[in-house]
Amino acid sequence: MIEILYFEFFRNALAAGLLASIACGIMGTYVVVKKISFISGGISHSAFGGIGLGYLLGFSPITGAIIFSLAAALGIGIASKNGGENEDTVIATMWATGMALGILFISLAPGYAPDLMSYLFGNILFVPAGDLTLMLILDVAIICIVWLFYNEFLAISFDEEFATIMNIPVERLCLLLLCLIALTVVMLIKVVGVILVIALLTIPAAIAQQHSENLKKIMFIAIVLGIVFTFTGMWISYLADVPSGATIIIVAAIAYLISMGLQKFRKTTVSLQ
Amino acid sequence: MSKAIISLEDVWFRYKDTQVVEAVNLQIYDHDFLGIIGPNGGGKTTLLKLILGLITPDRGRIRVLGGDPREHRTSIGYVPQYRTFDFAFPISVSQMVLTGRLGHIHKTFRKYSREDHEIVKNCLEMMEIYDLRDRQVGQLSGGQQQKVMLARALATNPRILLLDEPTNHVDARTEVNFFEILKELHTEIAIVVVSHDIGAISTYVDRIACMNQKLYIHDSPEITGEMVAETYRCPVELIAHGVPHRVLEEHKNMENK
Repeated sequence: MIEILYFEFFRNALAAGLLASIACGIMGTYVVVKKISFISGGISHSAFGGIGLGYLLGFSPITGAIIFSLAAALGIGIASKNGGENEDTVIATMWATGMALGILFISLAPGYAPDLMSYLFGNILFVPAGDLTLMLILDVAIICIVWLFYNEFLAISFDEEFATIMNIPVERLCLLLLCLIALTVVMLIKVVGVILVIALLTIPAAIAQQHSENLKKIMFIAIVLGIVFTFTGMWISYLADVPSGATIIIVAAIAYLISMGLQKFRKTTVSLQ
Repeated sequence: MSKAIISLEDVWFRYKDTQVVEAVNLQIYDHDFLGIIGPNGGGKTTLLKLILGLITPDRGRIRVLGGDPREHRTSIGYVPQYRTFDFAFPISVSQMVLTGRLGHIHKTFRKYSREDHEIVKNCLEMMEIYDLRDRQVGQLSGGQQQKVMLARALATNPRILLLDEPTNHVDARTEVNFFEILKELHTEIAIVVVSHDIGAISTYVDRIACMNQKLYIHDSPEITGEMVAETYRCPVELIAHGVPHRVLEEHKNMENK
């Protein structure tokens, strides 16, 4: 078993899982406590449009994903502030349009797209060293920004109206938060792909929230869980020779089910006492 | 009379096709204790949101401490309606009350100072919930949560408190307790309480106003025949199935005792 650690691709995959889990644990916590997983889904699926454009115009698909997901984050953020009741529809439209654009761009691109599946469903076993550097930079940026704006992010996540009265720049901070989520989504695309991102972003934080009531602790637990899920998923996928992205999600989903069961059990025992 | 800390001149606000606030004039002074009653949907909360600069009036002028509401609202202690936010949110009592200090931190990255923590400690002690400071807010009782919201408002060092239906979800004893706290605070801060229930309010406030699109102000807390007559000026269909009608009658009976 240990011999696979000698392969560079596997060490890269472990590093990618670790780096992605850090961003994922921090930003996933905001997604869960702010209940914006639908927005995050919209952002990740929009990113596929950028991946397609990258294929078509011959630049790096990840660059395209960064541009499209940031644009989607800003678009959804502004629309949800001004769109009123249509927020839901706006997000759903961006979600589908991003996917449609991606497919259209790829069909127009010359030749065929060899690693298309890896963008859709992830392939952590093929993460080049250059991407690891990018992931490290994004992690550092996310940690710094969240540390600097921790009190503001907490205030706007908990009670936006009160934060407004405190004259915090609520709108700009919300957009910043969505942009950080967008960048996290791009990192996770490498691991589980556009379609499965939403699960890896939310499940670790959702489990963590069942066991802690402190935001920082939830983030920390979510990071650890993210690492456990990606490593376990990778290991099983290697042993059983099945796709890694899907396996990671299944591992996470099973853990979530167990955690929910445990919580229910705990609640019933408390109420029986 | 001293200068008004909050003044509304001919304020109008329409939400979609409904005129919610109509030609409202209101002056709130230092040491005022004003109760605003009126039926649900009568525009009470909208009036508070106008004062807080959360929404802009279609017509008229609102001044807070002589300036734009957006500029000076950090000096307003706002206690919103219960359940306007998620009490399951992972935030502790002291963390929540600390957010009341954010309006006084003028830095790009707002970090709480020792003084901020000291102020929060005082507010929690005043509300007698200091021993609950590390508890998650969802674990408290309704009355305790109400005190946390009041402590957060007090942490802003307010010149005036605006409370929206503060005792809506608490039992009668907690309600009286809560108004006793307000009475003590009133020696230093002006207070405006909004409620659809005139019950506890009228015992404590100095002035009462009835809000039903328009605002009728009565410069005494006593319910007089005149006041009932004035309240009847509110559109009749709202009175017919609204709360104030019944409540006012109850009050007349109480006075007769």
